[in-house]
Amino acid sequence: MTRNEIRAAVLLILAEIAPEADPSAITLDVDLRDQLDIDSMDFLSSIIAIHEQLDVDIPERDYPKLTTLDDIIGYVASAAEASA
Amino acid sequence: MAEFVMPALGADMRAGTLLEWQKHPGDTVERGDIIAVVHTDKADVEVETFTTGVLEKLLVEPGAKVPVGTPLAVIREEGRAEAAEHVPGVAPKRLLISPSARQLAAELGVDLATIGGSGPTGRIQRKDVEQAAQRRKAGPPPSPPTPRPAPVAEDRQTAMRRAIAAAMVRSKREIPHFYLSTTIDMSSAVRWLSEENLKRDVPDRLLHGVLLVKAVARALREFPELNATWQEEQVVPSEAVHVGVAVWLRGGGLVAPAIHDADTLSVDDLMRALRDLTSRARAGTLRSSELSDPTITVTSFGERGVESLFGVIFPPQVAIVGFGKMIERPWISEGQILPCPLVTATVSADHRVTDGHRAGLFLASIDRLLQEPEEL
Repeated sequence: MTRNEIRAAVLLILAEIAPEADPSAITLDVDLRDQLDIDSMDFLSSIIAIHEQLDVDIPERDYPKLTTLDDIIGYVASAAEASA
Repeated sequence: MAEFVMPALGADMRAGTLLEWQKHPGDTVERGDIIAVVHTDKADVEVETFTTGVLEKLLVEPGAKVPVGTPLAVIREEGRAEAAEHVPGVAPKRLLISPSARQLAAELGVDLATIGGSGPTGRIQRKDVEQAAQRRKAGPPPSPPTPRPAPVAEDRQTAMRRAIAAAMVRSKREIPHFYLSTTIDMSSAVRWLSEENLKRDVPDRLLHGVLLVKAVARALREFPELNATWQEEQVVPSEAVHVGVAVWLRGGGLVAPAIHDADTLSVDDLMRALRDLTSRARAGTLRSSELSDPTITVTSFGERGVESLFGVIFPPQVAIVGFGKMIERPWISEGQILPCPLVTATVSADHRVTDGHRAGLFLASIDRLLQEPEEL
């Protein structure tokens, strides 16, 4: 999976969780909680969706590493690479 | 025959707009089935029936705004008469659409039946509505109005604020509030949660908020006067514990739908219910019983950095519990100063119903329950 494919998949997940948001307006390096006004329940839902749709298991201790879209893309890309 | 009426879905709801029927005359309906979708100032709500039988007759057309209590349909109760002949056809499907897109469609006069959704699972998004409006401008004159209504003429935020204002003004005018707070050491809960989540698959993980809700629900068993409503100048305790959970909505406003029988649910079931409820509250697909049934409300703004909050009681309820942000601070425990995750818990209660002593014991009970999270 390329970074662009991961980005598209993650944006789709975020669009489902925060349908009011415009995915094209999401900045890569800004905290998603602030950009999309998401809370811990939304965050958990996005982690579950990433797990189910992209087959990446994110342990709870890594949650703090995933604050921006860039963080998530990088994390998923690394996980996919490691499992390849 | 039983009447299916416009329900009261909030303390100050006086009327609602029927958006759509989800059953046809002749359909068999069971208690709990969604019959209709109703628009209120705070949300679009799926309304359930409490009668099992056959939907005999629809009395109100979609688009009509009618007072609470107005009969919307007639249901022939099970066993009351011979079964009606089933009317063939497919039950109308619920539109997948965000509340803001529905609002925009109403403002722009876009008929939702004529557009498709580009969002996930076909959900209609704001841009679909905008594009439909653009196409209409560029194309031939609009067709004559269809029977499908554009029910929301008023800006949703304005309506939401008005509904909240009415409930809060009534609350502050009628309810003699008093407020208490306590600090709870969450070390045991955090430790237990971390160990639990390590063992769990991603979809089964818990948030600490679920422990807070469960502790409140369990504590209420000892304090039935707080799990109650105030009706006709007296307190009416509820046998069931239906915890209303305040869910803020993107763009402003909030709703507080109920998790039914929260005291009897396992933390896993409670977590699933909390996720489901939060997601449906924000998608605008709550059910009528969820809005009308809460016997107490729990609210938290800890995620936005708020350390403590003292809520305004939602009438006719008699108490609201608040939780602030969990913060690691120095805390003296067994003679030692330790860094501990602490949460400020508060209760706003109705002085007609209880007093500071009982409410203080209630907070202490929540604290005690959170020290043994494995027992929740």
